[in-house]
Amino acid sequence: MPEKLKFSIDGREGLADQGMTIYEAARVIGVYIPVLCHYEGLKPVGSCRICSILVNGRWLASCTQPLSEGMVIENNTPQVIEYRRAIIEMLLAEGNHFCPACEKSGNCELQALAYRYGIMVPRFPYQFPQRQIEAYPGFLLDHNRCVQCQRCVRAIQTEDGQKIFAMKNRSKDVRVNVDRKLAAKLSPDQIQKAMDICPVGAILKKEVGFLRPIGQRKYDRQPIGSEIEGKK
Amino acid sequence: MARKITIEPVTRVEGHGKVTIHLDDEGRVSQARFHVVEFRGFERFVQRRPYWEIPVLVQRLCGICPVSHHLAGAKAMDIIAGVPPEKLTSTAEKIRRLMHYGQMLQSHALHFFHLASPDLLFGFDADPAVRNIIGVAKFHRELAVHGIILRKFGQEIIKATAGKRIHGTGAIPGGVNKSLTQEERDYFLKSPAPYNIDTIIDWAQEAIEIFKKLHQENKEVLDTFAAFPSNHLSLVRKDGALDFYHGVLRAVDAEGRKILNDVDYQDYLKYVGEEVRPWSYMKFPYLKKLGKGKGWYRVGPIARLNTCDYIPSPRAQQEFEIYKAYTGGKPNNMTLHSHWARLIELLHAAEVIKDLLNDKDISGGKLVKKGKKQLEGVGLIEAPRGTLFHHYRINKDDQVVMANLIVSTTNNNEAYNQAVRWVADKYISEKPEVTEGMLNRVEVAIRAYDPCLSCATHALGQMPLQVDLYDDRGQLLDRKRK
Repeated sequence: MPEKLKFSIDGREGLADQGMTIYEAARVIGVYIPVLCHYEGLKPVGSCRICSILVNGRWLASCTQPLSEGMVIENNTPQVIEYRRAIIEMLLAEGNHFCPACEKSGNCELQALAYRYGIMVPRFPYQFPQRQIEAYPGFLLDHNRCVQCQRCVRAIQTEDGQKIFAMKNRSKDVRVNVDRKLAAKLSPDQIQKAMDICPVGAILKKEVGFLRPIGQRKYDRQPIGSEIEGKK
Repeated sequence: MARKITIEPVTRVEGHGKVTIHLDDEGRVSQARFHVVEFRGFERFVQRRPYWEIPVLVQRLCGICPVSHHLAGAKAMDIIAGVPPEKLTSTAEKIRRLMHYGQMLQSHALHFFHLASPDLLFGFDADPAVRNIIGVAKFHRELAVHGIILRKFGQEIIKATAGKRIHGTGAIPGGVNKSLTQEERDYFLKSPAPYNIDTIIDWAQEAIEIFKKLHQENKEVLDTFAAFPSNHLSLVRKDGALDFYHGVLRAVDAEGRKILNDVDYQDYLKYVGEEVRPWSYMKFPYLKKLGKGKGWYRVGPIARLNTCDYIPSPRAQQEFEIYKAYTGGKPNNMTLHSHWARLIELLHAAEVIKDLLNDKDISGGKLVKKGKKQLEGVGLIEAPRGTLFHHYRINKDDQVVMANLIVSTTNNNEAYNQAVRWVADKYISEKPEVTEGMLNRVEVAIRAYDPCLSCATHALGQMPLQVDLYDDRGQLLDRKRK
């Protein structure tokens, strides 16, 4: 068995370690594949499908799919781009994403992806769902903006390893659920981590919104993905 | 035969409004009303939002002077965050002030040059095809250029302090999120003309001279058109100086007698009530001391120069003295003199901007403070169009549960109706036909107050104009559109 696996993405050839996912292999050669549910250091779940790519005509979630020898991957093709645009548009239409007053604006991955993929108006009708904003000690959870990526579920735990966030319900009613007693144990740093790891503005640390001025926010200076593409 | 005339919507103002004029059998005006016909309901949908989101959320009320809502919201949230105005850091206070005076500059320039000047330069009866900003650009090129650059300069000041020209994020509860670098200050102080503050001050002064010249040439019209006595209300600095950002509430009557003597605006509900009338979405505020009938008042430039004792900048103070001398020191109740007052404020804003740009505090590093949280706060500011009230309550989870906004245009509601009635009585009463010039006169009277109807009902829209003529049985007799 060879030490490195050979693959190509959109005609660009590369080598990557065995055991890597397609998403990880792409990063090695400076190819950006967008993700929303995946986060560096967390076990991938492949739930948002924004990282979907085509291999031999099959759609695969690149964050969970291991790389195989000789894979020919379609990433930045019109068909894949259109597929991703549809997912972003569905997310935007499904929730209440009002960027103008959202404190995550400029740091929001969903917004940044919408800009990257040139989305002006979703093709799907806005659902304008009636959702709650739940208050917990130290933070608010705004269900209007949650995209059910489960990053918080996987990343945020108490010091003794207990999970604070979980998913409840099924299908369109699926929601993030919070253990109120355990949430009260979160330190300010853990709350900040939860807010930072959330790709949208669903988890809001209390009293600290809009601290970073326009022009200094994460995606003000460079579009999402350019940090990977810049390493070519 | 009795008739009803409708002007809908009113043009060259911000937002959607209409005018109805009822004529009796002899063609005399029996009723004249200014209606605001749009509704958005910001007070309702800010509920449950986190309090620190308010300054950024409520500024979306308006694209003309969002900074006013941004700062009024931020001032209310300062109280909630336990940081009353005197506790803000010097840098935060001055950055906000710079942002606000930048806005006064751009908004006043927009109103005078883009919206009002066509009426003053070409006359109320001029061809509408010329009587607009394009006509100004064609026949008074230098004036139009000044207007555009004055406005641009104000917008750039806002961008430097809030991050964007429209709808930035500079003010946060308890302070601001950025100060100015030396480079940013130098841009405004030392750029080649016309993009430096000294040129802007000179041009603001020239604008006053233009008005004074027009006044000399059209004294009777400018002094008498839609003029009527009223009470006047505004913030003033504690020492009685003109102040757009912060102060105490003062109200005077048409003769200059004080009705409200420098009271704390946190208690505004003790002094100001709001009356609802069934034919308009815009409420009618009044001074409780005088009651609903007599307690209505004006706000904005004309009111501010009637309530303040002096203007704390040298060139504007000189102009203020000329302005005050014209009425022998008494309050000025001449509606079209609001343009004069607005231009004096434009000059004052430019002078204050220069002082602030030269103040080293504007580059300070202490931006935000925290205090003991409160559950309720009121923020008041002098917006370009007048006194702006923001009042909020939050719950223990930091979510807004009540909001009450009284915007500048709402404060002037009765004044619009008085002005419309004045024009209707003088120009439409007992006239058989409605002409474009007559309609424009109605609008000129409204336009003098620079109303922002989108703010007033917290709404947004374009302003075409339609006038309908009805008989007393509601039968449509005539319709004109433009």
